[in-house]
Amino acid sequence: MSSQIHIPISERHSEKPVFSPEKMAEVQRVISEYPEGKSKSAVIRILHFAEDEFGGWLSIETMDYVAEILNIEPIEVYEVATFYTMFNVEPIGKYVFEVCRTGPCMLVGSDNIIEYIENKLDVKVGETTKDKMFTLKTAECLGACGYGPMLQCGKKYHEHLTKEKVDTLIDAYRAGNTNIEI
Amino acid sequence: MGRRLLLEHDAVPGIETFDVYRKNGGYRSVEKALKTMSPQEVVEQVQLAGLRGRGGAGFPTGMKWSFLAKPEGVPRYLLCNADESEPGTFKDRYLMEKLPHLLIEGMITSSYALGCNLSFIYIRGEYMWILEILEKAIAEAYAKGFLGKNILGSGFDLDLRVAPGGGAYICGEETALIESLEGKRGNPRIKPPFPAVKGLWGCPTVVNNVESLAAVVPIVNDGGEEYAKIGIGKSTGTKLISACGNLARPGVYEIEMGMTVEEFIYGDDWCRGIANGKKLKAFVPGGSSVPILPHYLVTKTAAGDDRIMSYEGLSEGGFASGSMLGSGGFIVFDEDQCIVRNTWNFARFYAHESCGQCSPCREGTAWMEKVLHRLENGQGYMHDIDLLAEINKKIEGNTICPLGDAAAWPVAAAIRHFRDEFEWHVNQPIESQKRNFGLASVPTLV
Amino acid sequence: MVKVTIDDKTIEVEPGTTILSAARQIGGEVVPPAMCFYSKLPGTGGKCRTCLVEVSQGSEKDPRPMPKLVASCSTPVMDGMVVKNTTSEKVKVGRGAVVEFLLINHPLDCPVCDQAGECHLQDLGFENGGEGTRYEEEKRTFDPVDIGNKIKLHMNRCILCYRCVAVANQLTDKRVHGVLGRGEHAEISTYIEKAIDNDFSGNMIDVCPVGALTDKTFRFKSRVWFLKPMEASCECSKCSGKTVVWMFGNEIMRVTARKDQYGEVEDQDGKTGWICNDCRFEKKDISQWNIIGPRKINRHSVISQGNYASPRQTIKKLN
Repeated sequence: MSSQIHIPISERHSEKPVFSPEKMAEVQRVISEYPEGKSKSAVIRILHFAEDEFGGWLSIETMDYVAEILNIEPIEVYEVATFYTMFNVEPIGKYVFEVCRTGPCMLVGSDNIIEYIENKLDVKVGETTKDKMFTLKTAECLGACGYGPMLQCGKKYHEHLTKEKVDTLIDAYRAGNTNIEI
Repeated sequence: MGRRLLLEHDAVPGIETFDVYRKNGGYRSVEKALKTMSPQEVVEQVQLAGLRGRGGAGFPTGMKWSFLAKPEGVPRYLLCNADESEPGTFKDRYLMEKLPHLLIEGMITSSYALGCNLSFIYIRGEYMWILEILEKAIAEAYAKGFLGKNILGSGFDLDLRVAPGGGAYICGEETALIESLEGKRGNPRIKPPFPAVKGLWGCPTVVNNVESLAAVVPIVNDGGEEYAKIGIGKSTGTKLISACGNLARPGVYEIEMGMTVEEFIYGDDWCRGIANGKKLKAFVPGGSSVPILPHYLVTKTAAGDDRIMSYEGLSEGGFASGSMLGSGGFIVFDEDQCIVRNTWNFARFYAHESCGQCSPCREGTAWMEKVLHRLENGQGYMHDIDLLAEINKKIEGNTICPLGDAAAWPVAAAIRHFRDEFEWHVNQPIESQKRNFGLASVPTLV
Repeated sequence: MVKVTIDDKTIEVEPGTTILSAARQIGGEVVPPAMCFYSKLPGTGGKCRTCLVEVSQGSEKDPRPMPKLVASCSTPVMDGMVVKNTTSEKVKVGRGAVVEFLLINHPLDCPVCDQAGECHLQDLGFENGGEGTRYEEEKRTFDPVDIGNKIKLHMNRCILCYRCVAVANQLTDKRVHGVLGRGEHAEISTYIEKAIDNDFSGNMIDVCPVGALTDKTFRFKSRVWFLKPMEASCECSKCSGKTVVWMFGNEIMRVTARKDQYGEVEDQDGKTGWICNDCRFEKKDISQWNIIGPRKINRHSVISQGNYASPRQTIKKLN
């Protein structure tokens, strides 16, 4: 393990990331929800916005940009981004499947689902498919214990998974249908 | 089915909208409190109700409120802890998803009682879609004059915001939640000072669980005494139980405290027994951090009495033969489940979620995870079992926050009740990889 | 004033004083060790858990004992409080546990570590640790990195006391390093290759209780016990210029701030005697210093245990 992050230059954003005017308005609204001088509180929400806006992950440039918006030191953003597991600090696929692996889901077969997705997409947990379409991750308890096995993709929870449902899900996402309910 | 105070209307179509919620008796507690009661009277009703924190620790809510410091000219904050992440617990999610206005109503009434003019709901980042439901509901409440300036002409102002986390179990600890809300890493603070004196941005702060705040609504509507009539002993009122694992009908149930565990697991109105006709092997009644109990201690206590669903009932027998109600994450294991594997799984969870600030938790949780991983994979030794017991004794009580205890208890309990299964893994390393131990352990009741 | 009793010794202190500082006012054996607390850096403490003590009586008014061991560095005393440190079996076990936890992932590379001889973790292990290790897993490792051209970071040795983060926050105008990651994977880092460039950044080396942050101008030059510490001063526009120069013959091998018996930087002229990077890294010529005389250092450290001058005491300690 190295203490410093090494991201290939090719993966970096070549231009400085900038929020669209609509997103920027939302960013400003969130900042204004906090009392004056407490805008740092908005950092987690803005990092979520930044991930949505800039390819699903947080490059150094993105984090520096967030620090600039909030008028804090970049290290304060790096500290937060590396603490919380939802933030990806390395490039990821277009869709990230996060399968819950914790006790209650394991009891109802999450291990089999993880293995099935691994074989189906030909990746191991933590890897991205060659076409950069899917990243498979595991997550700790996502609060769907009674509805497991389950996975989260973006903001959506897909619950009561079976192998057949996983097939349907992957096909739908491949076809760009992200609103699928299974 | 017993009385339902919180989920009474959860099946009403459109209940997530203001109008339907209001038609079904919503926001009465706000009217009653703001128009007819002083803040102190609301606090007194909550104290009379005997409401205990529904997040896991079970600390009396009214007492927590009475600790809030009230220095002149300093704002106070009420924070709702919606960072539900204890494995086995998904009750707050259900409540917020179905009845967002119930939480908002509880927060308005509670903020009034505590004298807070700015309150936050801190919700785990993975529940982003619920955050959207809440923001929509909050906008409705603003539009209808239940939030904002001079609510219902009472002169009371309240702004309510929702803030997401970023994926960290530790932010359910109240001081970590405050740190996270300040935009920092979720490292729990060193106490004292307690949040009631110095919390969010250095101001007095109360942090309450979603369910506790929602329970304030029926307490104010019907009076604390009425609420206290439901339940048993010091466990008053109703409790949301999120039942999961190998149950025929998992889900979120509202129970009156005092019903038997047997009724809850096997009753037709409730979980309808173990899935696929299998036998019950063990259960964890209050989220992953509370001790696991073997099947012969599930429906009966060690003394042979019926085990009941209440704070006291589930902890009957202490850690020797009891557990805890905790957050109400009710996890049931059938005969095919491996206790060693499950203990390792929970240990991995805590190692993953440790913030890394204090040494016993940072090093200890990771160490336990590694030893358990070896045991589970047939590479353990007999002395590893004692080592585990030693490590968790060394973590317990020595950490900054309760995560250390939460990581230690399940391991200690698993060894206490299922030591033979651990030994089997050591003695039968190949066999243990092929099949499970089942119910081989013969109950010997002392 | 409030009265507090620590290991049967009673003292009156200001209200709000922590148990640890009350113990330091008593002095001697009753003082709990501290790896993360640093009295000159507000906000530090509570993390390492080595200073845990037992409170057997909460106060005069409420004499109930506290249920758990408490961190003495961050728990204020109450009037009539009774504290047990060395006299408590629970504390002994608890502290032993913390030492074991701190050492499981520590590389134990003392033979090649510049901090050896003045390392607080060595002292702690010597005084409270057990023999051997029960840790059979692989230790976590990191590559050593430069943070700035004068400071080396050996993350392997770090115990995450957060003191260096406090230095950056409180002594420098811009913090560029911090704690990244979480749990077992938490680490001190700048995240991207970045030099910590500030006149007072070198004080991170002085506050580091272990060999995680070392002075690159001194790296591998000498063992500290071969050096002669001399109090020295110079005219400096940035700091007090009051330092300790560590000499081998007539050569200055390294410069540090003046530290007290707890390893904390002493006050100079009414404020904490932090020294600037010029004094620490650049002035290695004896002509640049006014040498005042030998610096008395506290021989509490492991290096003095092999000191044949007082074999009896050594034997007493070992028993």
